[in-house]
Amino acid sequence: MEGIVVEILQVTVLIALAPLFAGWVKMVKCRLQGRTSPGLLQPYRDLKKLFSKDIVLAENASWIFRFTPYLVFGTVIIAGAVVPILSTDLPLSLTADVIVLVGLFAIARFFTALAGMDIGTAFGGMGSSREMMVASLAEPAMLMAIFTVSLLCKSTSLTRIAEVISSAGFIAKPSLAFAFLAFVLIAIAENGRIPVDNPATHLELTMLHEAMILEYSGRHLALIEWAGMMKLFLFMAIGSALFFPFGIAATDNIAGIPAALLFLVLKLGAAGVALVLIETGLAKMRLFRLTEFLGGAFLMATLGMLSFFILE
Amino acid sequence: MDLQTVSQINGFLAAFVLLTAFGMLAQKRIYSLIHLFAWQGFFLSVNTAIVAYVAGKHHLYISSVMTLSLKVIVLPYILHILVVKLKIRKEAETLVNIPATMLIGIALVIFSYYLTAPVTELSSLITRSTIAVALAVVMIGMLMMITRKHAVTQIIGFLAMENGLFFAATSATYGMPLVVELGVALDVLIAAFIFGIFFFHIHTTFDSLDVEQMTRLKEGD
Repeated sequence: MEGIVVEILQVTVLIALAPLFAGWVKMVKCRLQGRTSPGLLQPYRDLKKLFSKDIVLAENASWIFRFTPYLVFGTVIIAGAVVPILSTDLPLSLTADVIVLVGLFAIARFFTALAGMDIGTAFGGMGSSREMMVASLAEPAMLMAIFTVSLLCKSTSLTRIAEVISSAGFIAKPSLAFAFLAFVLIAIAENGRIPVDNPATHLELTMLHEAMILEYSGRHLALIEWAGMMKLFLFMAIGSALFFPFGIAATDNIAGIPAALLFLVLKLGAAGVALVLIETGLAKMRLFRLTEFLGGAFLMATLGMLSFFILE
Repeated sequence: MDLQTVSQINGFLAAFVLLTAFGMLAQKRIYSLIHLFAWQGFFLSVNTAIVAYVAGKHHLYISSVMTLSLKVIVLPYILHILVVKLKIRKEAETLVNIPATMLIGIALVIFSYYLTAPVTELSSLITRSTIAVALAVVMIGMLMMITRKHAVTQIIGFLAMENGLFFAATSATYGMPLVVELGVALDVLIAAFIFGIFFFHIHTTFDSLDVEQMTRLKEGD
């Protein structure tokens, strides 16, 4: 019973705090670049505005186009129910391990790519093809990075991994360091941040993710944007569960949840600053340089796995 | 320092050495290549000092200092001067594209792991697990010599191979006798000077350091 309460609480936290995190990233970025920031709550206002607007739908839009925003939102929520954001006491985590989690993100991406092509505009198709190129390179790297940690903890369940690593205290292992580096690169690619993609771009030719969802409006766009924020939030949570699971409440420890929430806010705050530093320090890459970037991520993840066998 | 910590540090340094080897494999700019080579030498030298401390072999301190002075300072400096004097600005070209080279590199690491597995099982030194990494660094250096067209990058590959051999000696047997190490160090230093002289000659003859140009040396056609 407790597990279900924790589960509901966690999904609520994910849905409610994701725009706040996006606002935080935007705010730090503005401050760092010497601009006035729109304020922490701006993403909520944006979402509210989009929800109150009408939908403009192309004549030839099929059910895929209308179905995709709900599906994307849904898969991210399911993913949020599996990742130990606040507590490892998650009954749903038995249904999906880390491989399914990557699969969930893949479903969302697959349907977004279909929806991008559904309308038949040139930009949508271009965005879909670019997104799939990035995905085909990022997914194996992501799996390799996660497998490295799984090898160390002898489990592919995220809750189990978080338990093992937090109970072992501080683990200094080359394989974990490599896996973490790879994970950072992949998180940047998967969430469409600089240097892979520019989330704030208005130039269609340089768009990756934005080009796919160019035709969306109203509540559809709101759902997709919200899901994007939640995905960024979730990647930070996955990173914290895999590599820094300190403060995440253990099973049968309901009292630890407020502390876990505090730790989560601190960790996300730090992660947001780190993300902004990466984004500000780098320029967006040329599309065809991305193979080298993501190849580097794959290399790191593979080196992590190899150094697990060789050095540990 | 207890043995557990030492073997952890040793593992980390081995990982860094491997990482710099892959970095060199992926790096196109010649200045960054030289920097990476210097870093590799630095990690090697720290590793040697730690092994010297644990094993109580005093001559390893000497080779650690020698590595530091030769591979971190002197050789990168010579290479740097060469690059400046010969005005090498162009990014080094590769025969195989970089992601493919890195995949081959990964395959080489796995190969060296299987090759050294029996040796590792026989050994009882705390550094035994890094033998595979050392062999991999040798192989990656060789791969770099094969895939690069530019003479200076080939030399860096050669020097990286020598780094790998030095690392292998440290991890497999706590270092070679001091006389041998002194000899090898002298050899590398002299080699670097000879390379430098040769490069000037190649450069003046062909106006380029691209080794493909040397097919023109063929007689006949």
